[in-house]
Amino acid sequence: MLYELTGVTKRYVQAHKNVAALDGVDLSIAEGEFVAVQGSTGSGKTTLLQMLGALDRPTSGAVCFDGADLAVLSEARLCALRSRAFGFVFQAFNLIPTLTARENVETALVPHGMHSAERAERAHAALAEVGLADRASHVPVELSGGEQQRVAIARALVRAPRVILADEPTGNLDERTRDEIVALLEELWGGRDQTIIMVTHDSRVAGRASRRLWLEAGTVASSRYAPEGSNELAPATADELGAVPARG
Amino acid sequence: MFLTYVYRELRRRHRQALLIALGLALGVCLVVTVSATAGGVRDAQNDVLHSLYGVGTDITVTQSAQRGSGDPQQFGMNPGSAQKQGQRFSRDAVTSTMGLALVADKKVTSIAGLRGVNAAVGGLTLSSMHMSGKFAKIVGGSSSAGGSGSGSAAAAPSTTTSGSGAPSQAPIKISSFTIAGVDVADQTIGPLSSATITTGRTFTAKEDNAAVVVVDAGYAKQNSLVVGDTMKIAGVSFKVVGVSKSASGAANVYLPLRRAQTIAGEKDKVNQIYVKATSATQIAAVKKEIKATVPGATVTTAQDLADQVSGSLASASKLADQLGTWLAIAALIAAVAVASLLTLSGVSRRVREFGTLKALGWRSRRIVSQVLGEAVVMGIAGGLGGAVLAVAATRLVGVLSPSLQATVGSSGVSTSAAQSGLPGGSSGPAGALSSLSHTVTVYLHASVSPGLLAAAIALGLAGALVAGGLGGWRAARLSPADALRRVD
Ligand SMILES: Nc1ncnc2c1ncn2[C@@H]1O[C@H](COP(=O)(O)OP(=O)(O)OP(=O)(O)O)[C@@H](O)[C@H]1O
Ligand SMILES: [Mg+2]
Repeated sequence: MLYELTGVTKRYVQAHKNVAALDGVDLSIAEGEFVAVQGSTGSGKTTLLQMLGALDRPTSGAVCFDGADLAVLSEARLCALRSRAFGFVFQAFNLIPTLTARENVETALVPHGMHSAERAERAHAALAEVGLADRASHVPVELSGGEQQRVAIARALVRAPRVILADEPTGNLDERTRDEIVALLEELWGGRDQTIIMVTHDSRVAGRASRRLWLEAGTVASSRYAPEGSNELAPATADELGAVPARG
Repeated sequence: MFLTYVYRELRRRHRQALLIALGLALGVCLVVTVSATAGGVRDAQNDVLHSLYGVGTDITVTQSAQRGSGDPQQFGMNPGSAQKQGQRFSRDAVTSTMGLALVADKKVTSIAGLRGVNAAVGGLTLSSMHMSGKFAKIVGGSSSAGGSGSGSAAAAPSTTTSGSGAPSQAPIKISSFTIAGVDVADQTIGPLSSATITTGRTFTAKEDNAAVVVVDAGYAKQNSLVVGDTMKIAGVSFKVVGVSKSASGAANVYLPLRRAQTIAGEKDKVNQIYVKATSATQIAAVKKEIKATVPGATVTTAQDLADQVSGSLASASKLADQLGTWLAIAALIAAVAVASLLTLSGVSRRVREFGTLKALGWRSRRIVSQVLGEAVVMGIAGGLGGAVLAVAATRLVGVLSPSLQATVGSSGVSTSAAQSGLPGGSSGPAGALSSLSHTVTVYLHASVSPGLLAAAIALGLAGALVAGGLGGWRAARLSPADALRRVD
């Protein structure tokens, strides 16, 4: 198993109120899965993604990635993991507004300390992969939303991470662009055997995933695998609550 | 990447960056200008002290005259006989400077022998008064000839001074000047040490009793004296061998000490002792020793004198020392505070950006150094800008060249001047005859040294680093998750 989560709880204290964004999540994710995370707003999807991407530590519980518990790793080790193992794609693209598309992709390679020429070359290759080779020297404001998200995807992919973590990557896009982005992700995913964990409100996007995970008030309400060869899944039912993964 | 990112950020936020740099520049400019001006004031004060005091002299020793023994001038102006009434007269009187007691010059030798004393020389300051005119006619037998209005002592009851409303028809001319007796053997200290010879020469060591005189430039001009001329002092002809210039005009004319003693009739007596210490640190100890050796002496050090300097120079130096420094520091603090606030606000708008970079695996260190890198550029710009502004500001001070007056002691009050131990520290026997002014005018010149400029740039940089460090720390402190959640 790539991920092994046991009793992961994340609490936020805000104005003397104790909010459990995640409340005892047990979850396993195998390498190469395409997991769609769904749930109503505030159910803890973003928080879960942050736990999986080593952006934060759980209040309690263990987040084992490849055998190492992210909850107790040193900050330096977490930094190294973030820079090599995970690639994030955000709903709001989160590009650096002052940097060009190519430079934005390069920021992902900066922690690797590689030569600037090699960095530029790899960034260019990644941009070409998402179909933006001719936009390399444009700054984000000169790009459409879909193009910006492509740059962000190139930034996540450029270092060939083991896991792509996408938090509503199509949330800010119109329908057509959304389909393009999903197709792109699928294409890239299919070609590389990367693990994709994607938060989405869109059941059509979620329908393409190999597994759908439902969150409710910080707990996993259901987890269902798509039948082999099918992209359409039935909505989760109550008896599937806490289902054990059958694949991996 | 580092430089690209720094450059792009600065270019995008150029207005804010300019504002930060400008704020720092103003702060730096103020600090540099104030310290350059304070340096100028200090230089001016040193100039004044040196001119009043003598460059080589560390301490002067005087003794206050006993009350009532102040040697009032006695002219013997009574016509004497009725026949002399209405006839011309001319009188000279040379006396030791009022308020200063005479001491035997053996004391000079004993002070010279004290520990910590490098050299000690005696000096004799005299005032010479010359009066000429006609004796008053006593009208109608009543001897009212100027009996009023004279400050002179009882020995000369019918002294007439000009402007006293006396019945004398003829005007009386009064001229007075001050004389300093100079020890020709050592002129590095004493009254001539502060003067520079403009024409002619100073005394040679052999001229210890010669009838030669060095004349102060101002006095020489007034009396059309040049080197080679002769002038009369107390009826004796003296050859002018040199013209000297000193800001204070310590005396109008300088004579060899023994000559001065002779014409004043004060053999082997001095009323000023100039002392040079072996080192500046010795001065306080030497002052104590001298007080023990010459009881009742007024021992004045350069510091005492500096404390007595009043007038606009003293105010300026106080201002520069106290207010100016604080003002400059306050300005710099304000500039750094503004820079910090602007940097912080800039950084807080970029929290999500930094969260994104952290999610990409950037170390906090790298993010802090990114913010610092931007700050360094603004700091260098601010420092350089401040240096340029400061040079301009000090140039302006130079162009305006404000004059500053320094007064030692309260002018016109002879005792206070005498106690201050100044050469020629008397304003004359009567206020009307005040011949020596202790007010010196100097012009303020502020100059910026390369060291000061380097310090300016360093200051700007330091200010920016404080601002950037704070901002960077604020930015890097958050966990990536928290930073990403930040909505701005
Ligand atoms: N930093 C925080 N401080 C306090 N509460 C927080 C914080 N982060 C998240 N929460 C709370 O935790 C809960 C889960 O938040 P999370 O962002 O994971 O939800 P989500 O499923 O991603 O919602 P959405 O679909 O709206 O993005 C929410 O109730 C939220 O208010
Ligand atoms: Mg969310």
